Amino acid sequence: MARIIVVTSGKGGVGKTTTSAAIAMGLAKKGHKTAVIDFDVGLRNLDLIMGCERRVVYDFVNVINGEATLNQALIKDKHCDKLFILPASQTRDKDALTQEGVGKVLDDLSKDFKYIVCDSPAGIEKGAHLAMYFADDAFVVTNPEVSSVRDSDRMLGLLSSKSRRAEQNEEPIKEYLLLSRYAPDRVKLGDMLSVDDVQDILSLHLLGVIPESKSVLTASNSGVPVILDEKSDAGQAYADIVSRYLGEERPHRFIDEKKGLFGKLFGGK
Amino acid sequence: MSTDSQNTPHTASVLEFKSSTFSVPVLVLSNNDLKAIEQQLQQKIQLAPEFFKNSPIVFDLQELNKQEVEIDITSLANVIRKSGLVPIGIRGGNEEQIQTALALQIPVYSIHNSLSSDTPKQKKNVPLTASEQKIENSTTLITQPIRSGQRIYAAGDLIVMAQVSAGAEIMAEGNIHIYNTLRGRALAGVQGNPDARIFCFDLQAELISIAGNYKISEDINDSTRNRPVQIYLQEHTLFIKDIREH
Ligand SMILES: Nc1ncnc2c1ncn2[C@@H]1O[C@H](COP(=O)(O)OP(=O)(O)O)[C@@H](O)[C@H]1O
Ligand SMILES: [Mg+2]
Repeated sequence: MARIIVVTSGKGGVGKTTTSAAIAMGLAKKGHKTAVIDFDVGLRNLDLIMGCERRVVYDFVNVINGEATLNQALIKDKHCDKLFILPASQTRDKDALTQEGVGKVLDDLSKDFKYIVCDSPAGIEKGAHLAMYFADDAFVVTNPEVSSVRDSDRMLGLLSSKSRRAEQNEEPIKEYLLLSRYAPDRVKLGDMLSVDDVQDILSLHLLGVIPESKSVLTASNSGVPVILDEKSDAGQAYADIVSRYLGEERPHRFIDEKKGLFGKLFGGK
Repeated sequence: MSTDSQNTPHTASVLEFKSSTFSVPVLVLSNNDLKAIEQQLQQKIQLAPEFFKNSPIVFDLQELNKQEVEIDITSLANVIRKSGLVPIGIRGGNEEQIQTALALQIPVYSIHNSLSSDTPKQKKNVPLTASEQKIENSTTLITQPIRSGQRIYAAGDLIVMAQVSAGAEIMAEGNIHIYNTLRGRALAGVQGNPDARIFCFDLQAELISIAGNYKISEDINDSTRNRPVQIYLQEHTLFIKDIREH
């Protein structure tokens, strides 16, 4: 049986797709057979970030409609043979996804995979609902700003009431906070909420902080999940997150301001 | 005197309509066997004769009608009266049953009696997991955070052990106790009970209200913000006091 992880947020542009690509790759690199599904019908971009956009033949909707088998639609990643991508359709409208259809695909994938990562679209409408409905774990991606935190809170409410686990009175979805695009210097200036502020508002288990980093853009432009850039701060942050999720102890990093040259020389903060 | 009063218009009002809520037992029937009903009613009453003596009661026929089982309303009302109870309402009846009840001067209640029409739907948004349980009959206990966009309605008192997020709304006909931070809206005594109170460990509310008298965030004094407080109504004015003051 696979563990189904939804990467969700409510708000758009906070780093869900970046995170989905990174953690799916991270789990696969640790030896777990992992599938990552793009639920953003009409706005697909997971395949771009994974660098497989030119190998898309069939998509998620084709599989749901029975126009292709899962095996035909799954794209094997070129960096890691344990990782498979199920791309979204760019051309179809959102109604193509049905709860029954999604459930069937996840069931089939569950037989063969260890982890299934669902990259949720923004919003709280149908697409986002279907992405989270069958989840076992939720990675709630939040940026350190009030509106993003509020949207995450809203999404947490839906996770605890509108998911399959909630409806069937099972153990609730495990919820984790991923604080992304964090910039300690801007926190210090008061432009951004701090880790503590966000945790105070959401009271959620912090899985990791991902710093605002140029390496993310570089990685997406070259179609390589940022976690493979082991030298980058964001890549390391995602590697930590995957390890913590798998139960390894990792101290939190990237919360405090980087010491500049001046700071390093004089040892001050 | 009596003739005088007929001519001079009263200046001082002698009556006033007030809204109050009462809790009335509801008799939910699942069988039309009047003998069995009478017998079981007696048994129940014997458990607490003082409590049931002349107690008003609403009878609920929804279940019977779902099973399409007929029942004679006039005889049912007689059985209830004979048991020492006073039938004051019918609920979930069909058209014919309602007509009979009205002829017997028994008022008709809708299934969602005291709740506004959209409340039951909102209630469904709320997770009904193991963490939400009824303590006795009148208290609702919630142990999970109440998130933005969620609404809770409690017919009695409401106890919340976790935080209430900004954008969340909790309502109770009775008191509200929050052993955590209140960032959303809390409305106590929503059916008009002016004696209801709100107690909370950390007040950062968007709105607080008792029996319709409310304060928004802007009106909440800094001296009571981020503190453990109790909120109560006196002469139509909301008071927010440190919980340790009396
Ligand atoms: N840690 C980060 N540092 C800098 N830019 C980031 C970071 N995470 C995401 N981004 C950028 O933010 C934008 C939105 O990211 P994306 O993952 O597509 O968000 P979502 O899927 O939530 O809409 C992209 O341009 C991405 O490159
Ligand atoms: Mg996205």
